[in-house]
Amino acid sequence: MTEPLLQVSQLTVALPTRSGYHHAVDGLSFAVNAGEVVGLAGESGSGKTIAALSLFGLLPRGARVTGSIRLDGTELLGLGSKQLRAIRGRQIAMVSQDPATALHPILPIGTQLTEHMRHHLGVSKAEARSRAAGLLETVRIPAPEAALRCHPGQFSGGMRQRIAIAVALAAEPRLLVADEPTTALDVTVQAGILRLLDRLCRERGMAVIVITHDLGVMSATASRLCVMYAGRLAEAGPTARLLGSPRHPYTRGLLDALPHPEPGSAPLVPIGGSPPSLGRVPGGCPFHPRCRHARPSCATDRPEPEPIADGHLLACPPDPLRAVP
Amino acid sequence: MRRPVTPVPWRRPLALAGLAVIGGWAVIAIFAPLIAPQNPLAQKFQILAAPSAAHWFGTDELGRDVFSRVLYGARITLPLAVILIVAAMLIGAVIGGIAGFFGGWADNVLMRLADLVFAFPGIILALAVAAALGPQLRNAVIAVVVVSWPSYARLVRSLVLSARSAQYVVAARLLGASGLRVLVTDIRPNAAGPVLVLAALDVGNAVLLLSGLSFLGLGAQPPTAEWGAMVAEGAQNFSDWWVGMFPGLAILTVVLAFNFIGDALRDMLDPRTARAVRP
Amino acid sequence: MSAPVLELSGVAVEYGRRGQRVRAVDGVDLTVARGEVVALVGESGCGKSTLARAAVGLEPLAAGSVTYQGRPVTPLGRRRRPDYLRGLQMVFQDPYESLNPRRKVGEIIADGVRLGGGSRAEGLSRAAELLARVGLPATAADSYPHEFSGGQRQRIAIARTLVARPSCLIADEPISALDASAQAQIANLLGELVADADLGLVLVSHDLSVVRQVADRVAVMYLGRIVEIGDTGTVWGSPRHPYTEALVAAIPRADGAGVLPADLPGDVPDPASPPPGCRFHPRCPLARDSCRELDQRLARVAGREIACHVRSSMSQACSRARP
Repeated sequence: MTEPLLQVSQLTVALPTRSGYHHAVDGLSFAVNAGEVVGLAGESGSGKTIAALSLFGLLPRGARVTGSIRLDGTELLGLGSKQLRAIRGRQIAMVSQDPATALHPILPIGTQLTEHMRHHLGVSKAEARSRAAGLLETVRIPAPEAALRCHPGQFSGGMRQRIAIAVALAAEPRLLVADEPTTALDVTVQAGILRLLDRLCRERGMAVIVITHDLGVMSATASRLCVMYAGRLAEAGPTARLLGSPRHPYTRGLLDALPHPEPGSAPLVPIGGSPPSLGRVPGGCPFHPRCRHARPSCATDRPEPEPIADGHLLACPPDPLRAVP
Repeated sequence: MRRPVTPVPWRRPLALAGLAVIGGWAVIAIFAPLIAPQNPLAQKFQILAAPSAAHWFGTDELGRDVFSRVLYGARITLPLAVILIVAAMLIGAVIGGIAGFFGGWADNVLMRLADLVFAFPGIILALAVAAALGPQLRNAVIAVVVVSWPSYARLVRSLVLSARSAQYVVAARLLGASGLRVLVTDIRPNAAGPVLVLAALDVGNAVLLLSGLSFLGLGAQPPTAEWGAMVAEGAQNFSDWWVGMFPGLAILTVVLAFNFIGDALRDMLDPRTARAVRP
Repeated sequence: MSAPVLELSGVAVEYGRRGQRVRAVDGVDLTVARGEVVALVGESGCGKSTLARAAVGLEPLAAGSVTYQGRPVTPLGRRRRPDYLRGLQMVFQDPYESLNPRRKVGEIIADGVRLGGGSRAEGLSRAAELLARVGLPATAADSYPHEFSGGQRQRIAIARTLVARPSCLIADEPISALDASAQAQIANLLGELVADADLGLVLVSHDLSVVRQVADRVAVMYLGRIVEIGDTGTVWGSPRHPYTEALVAAIPRADGAGVLPADLPGDVPDPASPPPGCRFHPRCPLARDSCRELDQRLARVAGREIACHVRSSMSQACSRARP
């Protein structure tokens, strides 16, 4: 078994708030292999974005981080800013939700692409420009040469997201983190972006972490899935298994809340209550107040992710009385 | 819901200091006749005596007790500045509200009027108005009001404009609210805050303008004990530093205090500090 | 089916952009009956939000008419909205914008009662009643909007519309700004209200999956026109318009099968210069030369209406061929 490209172990991030430090991410561990797409799923407050930001060392000031993040053997936590800058963009890159803020509104996209490239790859201006045109073609922007001179405002939302992906790819990173890459897009546009990400992953052997609350998107793109709740890992494993027969009540709840394939069937079954905000995480298992299967011990004992099958981790104590869903 | 948290004012020492200072001056202004050791207009003491036990702030060139005059000065400056700002605020709010609400030519005319006032540096325009009306404290007050109302008008106009298209205003209109009612019930609560902040910060300005006019002889007339006028006297007697410095310090403390209060108010109103629950 | 509570006929809405008049909505017919949920779906630029706003009277019409219970819906001007329109209300998309941040929740709701001629006391008691109806505690009345989550705020906004005892609600993307849990809760709440109060509901949404669950009929819009309209089951189960087919195929299914959703190539054209003839033809897999000339008109095909003459002529040919 080859060493995973990214190994996150017991990542814990505490953020300062008015009432003291609270864990936004609590003991998260997962791994990503080269050429693989791993999904980080969860609602807001699950800590998924903070986990992503910690990969880049882009946490808010005052954040306390413990644990380990190893990228290709190199420990990322504790690196100085100069070393982090060398890694950001070159080894790992990010695509975020809002393409409007990811791209500089005034600079032409050619500049935004080449600047990145020249800084990390040290290529000449002409070489960078031709590579930039190639990137735009890869992400299927029509008339790439002309597009280099245009500004982001001249493109539609979907196109801007493609350009943002091109910018992320400019320095040929090994790992791409896509944080809610299609949430703000129309469904047909989303389909295009998902196909693009899939193709890039296969063609370049790039690893991708997709972060989203949309299980449909996960199902389409990720081969493995980590479901997060209140900063902790609830369940992780192959996507097909997690979505086909989820074991954690939260994963089960998320799937039940989705509309059924048959129209007009039973009403949507939402999970009662709402996800806890920072600092209000219940003791024991964080999900227990909303869990149908909660037992008294769930309020006190904190479940750790345990392997229950090959590659399948579950942070929920086994219950002989509860039928396996 | 939220847990109770320490109320914001206690976390802002500067604002507390400001409130204390203004409170102190208010007390002084009310009780000056009881506190002041001497009659502020009595010219019976030694001329230009340095501060001593008998005269804490010394005496001025006409032999009056500076300390008593400073205390009595609070009775003029403080209430006048507040009244002045309230007047400017009300006038400006009405004008700005009409401009923002009705738009069209009313908006154009009123805002050009405001622009006209803005075109002149405050003290110059105030000077001109005060001079035209005649050197009297009342006219100085009018002059400062004339100079101050446009800021409120502009602020209120922009608040009304942005609130008009706010969804909660649209919702109220769908329920049958008339435009005027929306102005009063929905827009006013949102406008009140920023306007009050502006007013708090502006009182300091008003004090300075009023004092400035008096300094230039256009406001309070002798022998009235007004801080600005006293500073003017002090400028004529530079070597006798106490004549001008104490009234000057009085102005300084009042202006600073109002600025601190205004700053704190503005921070309190900043939506980023509001403890909102977001999904 | 009861008489329609809301009727849109030939509705067109324009806006000016750099001197040009652009039609965001171009000739839409729609009826909504009491107790019925009609969904308006489509992607960015299709005009569904503009249509919703026009239906409630927030946008002036460039052509056509909107009637509520048989009476015309006049656009909101400076005057008070006529009393007969009080039963036509709107739920907005952004729960953070639709509630006045400086007023207490109870006051906000009570306001609606007072606008209808009630007293303050009546308003506050009705507020308590309605807060309970939408699943919030009575104590919520004393709190300010920012103390609530997005889903709770949306409930408050819905409670506010209920004050007017509406017969027809227009909900413009009421759940897209919410968390997944809240989305399901609000969708359910709206469904309950429609059933209990016999409301007509126009639900505008880009989230096709929720619409599938909650709507009786669905109208699919593209570039200002309705391209397919029919019962939800029919339209979803067997879409006939190529655009609807593309929409349905583009939804990723959360089944773990790892199937990538189908792509729809091309971009939505600029509404200022729509393609000639059928507006969808540049992106349509079935496009023929005639599509560039013949304009779209809704025709009945297989139990619903579609604006595609290729499919409708095929269907006519089939039905003619049958003895």
